[in-house]
Amino acid sequence: MAELHLAVALDGAGWHPAAWRLPHARPAELSTAAYWVDLVQEAERGLLDFVTIEDAVSIQSSTRSGPDGRVDQVRGRLDAVLIAARVAPTTTHVGLVPTATVTHTEPFHVSKSIATLDHVSSGRAGWRPVLSARADEAGHFGRRPAPDLDREVADLFDEAGDFVEVVRRLWDSWEDDAEIRDVATGRFIDRDKLHYVDFEGRWFSVRGPSITPRPPQGQPVVAALAHVAPAYAFAARHADLVFVTPTSDADAAAMVGQVPGVAQVFGDLVVLLDDDERTAHARKAQLDELAGRELVSDAEIFVGTPAQLADLLVARRSTGLTGFRLRPAALPDDLLAITGRLVPELQRRGLFRTAYAETSLRGRLGLERPANRYASA
Amino acid sequence: MSKPLKQVHLAAHFPGVNNTTVWSDPDAGSHIDFGSFVHLAQTAERAKFDFFFLAEGLRLREQKGRIYDLDVVGRPDTFTVLAALAAVTDRLGLAGTINSTFNEPYEVARQFASLDHLSAGRAAWNVVTSWDAFTGENFRRGGFLPQDQRYARAEQFMRTAWELFDSWADDAILADQESGVFLRDSGAGRFEHHDDHFDISGVFTTPRSPQGRPVILQAGDSEEGREFAAATADAIFTRHATFDEGRAFYADVKRRLPAYGRNDHQLVVLPAATFVLGDTDAEARELAQVVRLQQVSGPTAINFLEQVWNRDLSAHDPDGPLPEVDPVLGENTVAQGRASVRMYRDPLATANEWRALAEAKSLSIRELMVEVTGRQSFIGSPETVAETINAFVQADVSDGFILVPHVTPGGLDRFADTVVPLLQERGVYRTEYDGTTLRDHLGLDLPPSAIRAAS
Repeated sequence: MAELHLAVALDGAGWHPAAWRLPHARPAELSTAAYWVDLVQEAERGLLDFVTIEDAVSIQSSTRSGPDGRVDQVRGRLDAVLIAARVAPTTTHVGLVPTATVTHTEPFHVSKSIATLDHVSSGRAGWRPVLSARADEAGHFGRRPAPDLDREVADLFDEAGDFVEVVRRLWDSWEDDAEIRDVATGRFIDRDKLHYVDFEGRWFSVRGPSITPRPPQGQPVVAALAHVAPAYAFAARHADLVFVTPTSDADAAAMVGQVPGVAQVFGDLVVLLDDDERTAHARKAQLDELAGRELVSDAEIFVGTPAQLADLLVARRSTGLTGFRLRPAALPDDLLAITGRLVPELQRRGLFRTAYAETSLRGRLGLERPANRYASA
Repeated sequence: MSKPLKQVHLAAHFPGVNNTTVWSDPDAGSHIDFGSFVHLAQTAERAKFDFFFLAEGLRLREQKGRIYDLDVVGRPDTFTVLAALAAVTDRLGLAGTINSTFNEPYEVARQFASLDHLSAGRAAWNVVTSWDAFTGENFRRGGFLPQDQRYARAEQFMRTAWELFDSWADDAILADQESGVFLRDSGAGRFEHHDDHFDISGVFTTPRSPQGRPVILQAGDSEEGREFAAATADAIFTRHATFDEGRAFYADVKRRLPAYGRNDHQLVVLPAATFVLGDTDAEARELAQVVRLQQVSGPTAINFLEQVWNRDLSAHDPDGPLPEVDPVLGENTVAQGRASVRMYRDPLATANEWRALAEAKSLSIRELMVEVTGRQSFIGSPETVAETINAFVQADVSDGFILVPHVTPGGLDRFADTVVPLLQERGVYRTEYDGTTLRDHLGLDLPPSAIRAAS
């Protein structure tokens, strides 16, 4: 049986809102480099495919309508692309997939920042584009009114599609061998191998080329989370990898069918693990009590032992998923359970690598380095 | 009594995308591989420099409607490469050039606050402005900003960013696991800013960083730029590195400070400077001429001339005489995306001046261009260069220099190994970092603290 792909999603102190109150949590260090380096190095010790890093251009909130003014949960965060860049030189293999928004930002800036992440990590960069649809997010930029979500969701996805298209064109706007350093003619580049992208769309036009040469992977991995119809369509068209949130095997099969042609479809799970099943449930109960309510998530919440989780992953994989993105309920506890318990369990079953082979993230995911769209054959 | 010796400040500029950078040198390495950035930054840190500096331009330069191919082309994203450099250095400041026209304050403020956190207090922001529609073609709003609004926007941009940096109190995060109180104050991050350029409000995402705000650098040289710097900058990046020009500039900007309630120590003046070292002064002078010829190839000389003449001169021989036709006056349409063309405000006067010089010294186009552009600031043996730098700083030409090596990435190695120890022997340069933040290195106070949440 083919090996599984496994990623972890890093966010603050973990995905349970009370995670920061557990003894091993480091809630006062969430803005330090050391905190993120330790987590990502742990993921690399566990031979995981990649980490994702959450982000948004708004403060965390328990509601969708805007800031909730709560003081009992983690609030405040750093820019995810910069966390990934800070961690890159301290790791060698694990992929780095930060989140960056497409709604109020510039495709030109995002393109060169992810390209640069790919340069500084020697080909381990990915990017998770997200929409910023909230009214408070629009207010932070002040450039356009808050979207009317009843009417404009399709527009937001349409714009996101244009955004990814421009980012991808800019990544290709330098051919790989554009730098020639020809002393005889005094030319540093062959300018016929640099290309205007000349994108003109409803939301923006971008001339190009990028100021940053083509990244090592050619095209860093674009990963999208999809829950709803327009998101599936966006992901199927623009992403190399899709995260879906099934709560059953049947669900998973249906979701895989929503994104035809996407090479990698990962199932998302919030995980709360312990070697003893009852202890795992007790931890969950303790966290829920601290939070004052039961954990809710867009993804299935798994509570149990690493072996039970391995069983679930194996069963669900038969629906067509190629891998899983695990969201540790508490950091570092559930990350350590993934790397220290789940991974060895999967290795025993012959379902997970015992050493890193490929160095680039595309290589690990079985994605070829794409030809440059502008290169003449 | 003589006045106490000033301490020299030094910074390292990653070689730029212009003809100062000699890519044809056999020792010249990649301008994009991270290893080159690591090499230069670690050399600067070994030499106890204040900071590492990255320039940025948001559109590739063009000449006569085509991408300019004679200089190094291509650079990384500023924030991303600086954040990565924070991983391979401990004390070195990390200064990035970020444009206030084609960015928004909320995003830039969170990027600088993040960089400052991730580097434990080493971030600096060189605030630059641009307005041209040429660069704007890469961005959503295009060339939206009238030229005379660019400083107004820059200043409001920076003041808005300051409000965002200040929106979290130093001690806003309590993170008391026992009581379950994470934030002391439910209003952490709240801000509201309304002016002609920015109409924004909400909650800022990023807690207050170690330096409070990044160190602010500015490079403006016009009257307006100097006032802007005097009002708001912690350090000025200038091109006035010669003795007389430097002294005049230094006195001019420091004189402007009291009007803003600031003292001399609150604005560090750092000209960009190039250097050529040899075992002897004579050897360095010879080497300097070799480097100048590498920097100004025949095609480069013709291109320089075109920037002033504002017309196609490709039929002219670089080893021949200056063209007899006059420059085309008006908007410079030959060279796009190049700030330096604005230096030639009176092209006809420049042309006549150059003709006289070429005539007097019987210079070819290329020889003239070598003569009138970018001679190295410091040329000599390590002793001579150390003495000159020190003498300049003690004479208030500047407070130090931002050194621009001409070879990537090893162009600073010899300076670090030979000149720095001589400055240290003279007692005018640190042998170890005293502090951990860039503000510490530059002798700057923390910015006025934001509101304190705990009361």
